[in-house]
Amino acid sequence: MEYSALYIKEAQAIEKVKGSLLVTRSVPGIKFEEIVDVQLHSGELKLGKAIDISGEISIIQVFGGVSEVDLVGSRVRCKGETLKLPVSIDILGRIFNGMGEPIDGNPPIIPDDYLDINGEPINPAARMPPAEFIETGISAIDGLNALVRGQKLPLFSGAGLPHNRIAAQIIRQAAVKGKEERFAIVFGALGVSYDEASFFMRNLEETGALERSVAFINTASDPVIERISTPRLALTAAEYLAWQHDMHVLVILTDMTNYCEALRELSAMREEIPSRRGYPGYMYTDLATMYERAGRISGKEGSVTIIPILTMPDDDITHPIPDLTGYITEGQIVLSREFDRKGIYPPIDVFLSLSRMMKEGIGPGQTREDHNNVFMQSYAAYAEGCYLREISTIIGAEGLSDRDKVYLNNADAFETTFIAQGETEKRTVEQTLDIGWQLFANLAEEDLKLISEEFIKKYHPKYRGK
Amino acid sequence: MGKIWRISGPVVIAEGMRGSQVYEVVHIGEEELIGEVIGLDGDRATIQAHEDTLGLRVGERIEGTGKILTAELGPGIMASIYDGLQKSLTSLMSGGELFLKRGAKAFALPRDKKWHFTPRVKVGDTLDEGHIIGVVPETELVEHRIMVPPGTRGTLKRIVGEGEYTIEEPIAWVEQGGVQKELTLKQEWPVRKPRPYKNRFDPSGLLVTGMRIMDYMFPLALGGKACVPGGFGTGKTVALQQLVRWAQTDINIYVGCGERGNEMADVLHSFTRLREPKTGRLLMEKEVFIANTSNMPVIAREVSVFIGITLAEYFRDMGYDILLVADSTSRWAEAMRELGGRLEEMPGEEGFPPYLGSRLASFYERAGMVECLGSPQRKGSLTVVGAVSPPGADFSEPVTQNTLRIIEALYSLDVALANRRHFPTINWLASYSLYAENTREWWSEIAPDWADIRASALKVLQQEAQLEEIVRLVGPEALPENDKLLLLCARMIREDFLAQSAYHEIDTYCLPKRAHLMLQTIMKFYELAGAMVNSGIPVSEIRSSPMVPRISRMKDIPSEEFEDRIAELWTEMDASLVGG
Ligand SMILES: Nc1ncnc2c1ncn2[C@@H]1O[C@H](COP(=O)(O)OP(=O)(O)OP(=O)(O)O)[C@@H](O)[C@H]1O
Ligand SMILES: [Mg+2]
Repeated sequence: MEYSALYIKEAQAIEKVKGSLLVTRSVPGIKFEEIVDVQLHSGELKLGKAIDISGEISIIQVFGGVSEVDLVGSRVRCKGETLKLPVSIDILGRIFNGMGEPIDGNPPIIPDDYLDINGEPINPAARMPPAEFIETGISAIDGLNALVRGQKLPLFSGAGLPHNRIAAQIIRQAAVKGKEERFAIVFGALGVSYDEASFFMRNLEETGALERSVAFINTASDPVIERISTPRLALTAAEYLAWQHDMHVLVILTDMTNYCEALRELSAMREEIPSRRGYPGYMYTDLATMYERAGRISGKEGSVTIIPILTMPDDDITHPIPDLTGYITEGQIVLSREFDRKGIYPPIDVFLSLSRMMKEGIGPGQTREDHNNVFMQSYAAYAEGCYLREISTIIGAEGLSDRDKVYLNNADAFETTFIAQGETEKRTVEQTLDIGWQLFANLAEEDLKLISEEFIKKYHPKYRGK
Repeated sequence: MGKIWRISGPVVIAEGMRGSQVYEVVHIGEEELIGEVIGLDGDRATIQAHEDTLGLRVGERIEGTGKILTAELGPGIMASIYDGLQKSLTSLMSGGELFLKRGAKAFALPRDKKWHFTPRVKVGDTLDEGHIIGVVPETELVEHRIMVPPGTRGTLKRIVGEGEYTIEEPIAWVEQGGVQKELTLKQEWPVRKPRPYKNRFDPSGLLVTGMRIMDYMFPLALGGKACVPGGFGTGKTVALQQLVRWAQTDINIYVGCGERGNEMADVLHSFTRLREPKTGRLLMEKEVFIANTSNMPVIAREVSVFIGITLAEYFRDMGYDILLVADSTSRWAEAMRELGGRLEEMPGEEGFPPYLGSRLASFYERAGMVECLGSPQRKGSLTVVGAVSPPGADFSEPVTQNTLRIIEALYSLDVALANRRHFPTINWLASYSLYAENTREWWSEIAPDWADIRASALKVLQQEAQLEEIVRLVGPEALPENDKLLLLCARMIREDFLAQSAYHEIDTYCLPKRAHLMLQTIMKFYELAGAMVNSGIPVSEIRSSPMVPRISRMKDIPSEEFEDRIAELWTEMDASLVGG
C-alpha cells in the first residue's frame, strides 16, 4: 500500500457504528471509494473504504470488522488512494493475503509500480479474439469443450465433487500446442479451508510451477471483506504479468461462491435492496468487471485466461451464482454428480458443459482438421444413446431395435473410454480424437452424417493405414 | 457553476445547480466526466454519472452544458465502433492507449475529414424538414443523404458547389422567417426523443435474415419489433450477430450493451473478412457498432441503446431499411434497477423500477415503417430485435414479461435444445410471429405455396411433440407405422431444415428460395414415404433408404449447384421411393 505523505488529511471522529459501517462527519478531501485508515484508540490501524460521501457525512466500510472501534478515541484519516497492489516481477513465487501483504515469511517486494486493483477496461476495439488452443490433456475438455488463451471458462461444481483435483490436473498439464512460452499461474483462494489452499500450493510445488506462480490467499477464517479484494488483487497481478511482461497467465479462483456470499453479506450491511435470493442487483456487473479482465490485446504478446471455480448451492445451475456467472463467462465446465457416483473421473457433464470459444481454437494448424467433425458426431451419438437409455429404463432394452441398442452401448463406452481417464493421464488431442474414432467404428458408417467423407476415409479405423 | 455535494456510486448530488434542466448534460469534476441531470430539488440536482465516479471528491465543480444528451449525426458513422456515449473507440486508441481511461474524450465524427458533397437542390427551392439537399458517398455501400434537420424549413438562399467539405463547414443557408440558418453535413438529435416522420405504416415485406427458422417459420417484417429471450448459452448473441452479418437491409446497427468484450472482438474481426455478395465490398461498410461491455460504466448502458436507436432513425429518415439489434436489453434494465436503488425510488417487481415497461416501450416503439419527412418522397424502415437474458432462464421475470407486451415476434430460445446442440435453439412450439400475414405477399412471389408448406411442417412438429409423450411410455417400436414415419419426418424437419449452424461454411446463410426448396424436398419425402407405408413397407426399411442421408446433406450443397442438385434428388426420390 502506498502511504503518500502528500495526502494525509485531518482526522475525523466517528459518530456512528453500524455493522461494518462507520459514519463520520464529512472528511475533507476524501475521494469516493478511497481507502482510509481507521485508527483505533489503541493506536492499531484498520483499513476502510469510503462508500458514500457527502458534504455532511462520510460512510466508511471497515475491512476486518469493527471490533474495538469506539466513538471516543477512534479516528478516520484519508490516505488519498484507492486500493493498489505494489507489483514487480518478483511477485512470482510469492504468497500474499487478501490485502496484498506477503504471508510467506519473506520481506515485502520492492515495487516497480502500484496498480489500482480495479484495473481499467480493455478497449473493446483493442481486443483480439481468443484463438489459441490450450491442451489440458483432458479429453472431455480438449475434445468437447476446448479452452483457448484469453478465455474465461469456469468450473461449475457441487459440494464434494473433485473440482480441485481437476483444476490441479489442468494446472499440471496445460500447455499450448507446439509452444514453449512464458507462462505464469495466478492462484486466488477465496474463503476456502486452509487444507484446500495448501492442496493447491502443494500441487504447484510438486509440479515445479511454484516459481512461476503468485498466490493470494484468503481462507475461510480470514476477514470477509478481504474476500472482495482478493480476486481483484489476483487479476491485477495477472494483468501486470500479461501486459507488462508478455506472459500467458492462467488465473484460478476458488471458490467464487464464497466471494458471492461475501458480496451478499456486505450488501446486506449497507441495507441495499436485494435482488434474487438476497444477492445484490449489481452482482452481474461486479463479477463481469472481474471476468472481463481475461483476454488478448492486439499488439501484446501475453494473455489472461481465467478459470474460476464455484460450487453450485444444492447442485442448482439456476441459482443466481452459477446463473449470473454463465451469463458472463464464455461457457462452463459442469461437473456431474451422476458421473461421480458412477466412478467416472473427471465427472464432466457432456450436455451442460460448453466452451464458446472452442471453434476458434480447433482445426488444422491448432489441433487437427477432423476435430470439429469428431466433436459433433461424438456428441450427437452420445445424445442419442442417452435418450434411448432414458426410454429403455421404462420399456426395457428389449423394446429397442438393434440399431438403437448399438447407440445405447456406445453411450456407455463413451463414458468409460472417452470421458473417463486417469488423474495423471495426459492425453494429446490426437489421442483424444482417436478414441472418438475407435467408438465410431462401432456405428454404421452411413450414420456418421456429421463427418465429411474425406475424414472418414482418412481417420476411420477401417481405412486407417490402407 | 455547481459543486459536488454527495457521491453514492453512479449518483452524484450537486449544489448550486439552480437554472439547470432535467436531462441536461453536465461535466463532473476535474476530469469532466459526463453525467445527466435526472432530478432537481431547490438548488440541488441529482445527476447520473455515465462514467465511473471512483476518486471524485465532495466540492469538485460541476459544469452545465445547457444541452441535453444528443447523438451526433453525419458522415463518418458507418463502420464506426462507439462506446455507450458515442465516443469513437478507435479514436480513443489512437495514441496507442489500449485501456479505457476515465474521462477520455473522443468525437463521434471525424472533424478534419473532408467528404465529397454533391448538392441536389438549387437556390430558391423551398425546403421542408427532412428535404434531401445533397449526398455524400460515405462508403461504397452507403450513400449518406444530407437532410434538412427537423425544425428547420424555408427558402434556400445559398448552397456550396460540389466539392470536399468537413462536417463543420457550412454548406447551405436557409432563410426561415427572416432569419438565415446555416446547415452543415452534421446535425444533432436528442437521444431520448423519437425523430419525426410523416406517416407510419404497418410493417411489411420480409426482412430476409438468411436464418431458415426465422424467414420461413416466424418471419420478421421490415419495421417490426422482436425479442430473443433465452438462458445463458442458448444462442442470443450468435443469432443477433448472424442478423447483422446477413440481413438484407441497407444498414445494420449492433448494440452490445453490458455483454462480453471477447464477443465484440469476435464480431468485429469477422467483419474484417466478410464481403457483401453483390459488390464484393467489405460488409463492415454498412455496419455500426456500439460497444458498452459489461465492465464499462453501467449507467451508460441506457444511453447506448438510445444512441443506437437515434442513429438508426436518422438513417431510416434517408429512406433506408435499417436493422438494429441490442444485446442484451436485460443489462440495460439492470442498470435502471441499480440507479433506481441508489435514488431510493420505490422499487417495483424484483427491484426493477415501476417505469421499466414504459422505458422498454420507449425503445421498441421507435421501430416502424414510415414515410419520411421532406422530399423526395420515400419510405424507410427500422426493425428492432432485442435480446433478453432472463435469470435462471425463467421467462416469468419482469424484463421478459414487459418486453413480450411490446414486441410482435418472439424467438424463444430453449435451454434443452442448446444442451442437445440444436442451433439455433428457437423453440418452434413456443415462438411466434404476428408478421406472417404482413410477409405473405412477399413470399407469394418466390414461393406461392409457402403458407401451406409452412403450415404442414409446423403441424408435423406439433404432432411429434404429442407422440413424444407416448414414446416415453411405450417406446418407439410400439407405435403404428404411420406414426413412426411422422417421427422420422419431424426429425428430418428439425435436423435437416430448422437446425442451421452459424459456423457452417455454406449453411450459415440460406436464401428464402433455397429454404423453400429444402423444406419442399422433406415434405415431398414425407408424401412419397407415406404412400410406401400405406402399401405395407415398414418404416425401418424407408429409414435406410439412401435418400435419407442425401436429404440431410442438402445443407452442404453450394448455392450455384443447388437447384440442379435438388432437381436430381427429386427425380431419384420419385424413382426410388415407390410402394411395393
Ligand atoms: N446458430 C448457431 N450455430 C452454431 N452454434 C451456435 C449457434 N448459436 C449458438 N451456438 C453455440 O452456443 C454458444 C452460445 O451462444 P451465445 O453466445 O449466442 O449464447 P447467449 O444466448 O448469447 O448467451 P449469454 O446470455 O450468456 O450471452 C455459442 O458459443 C455456440 O457454440
Ligand atoms: Mg450473449
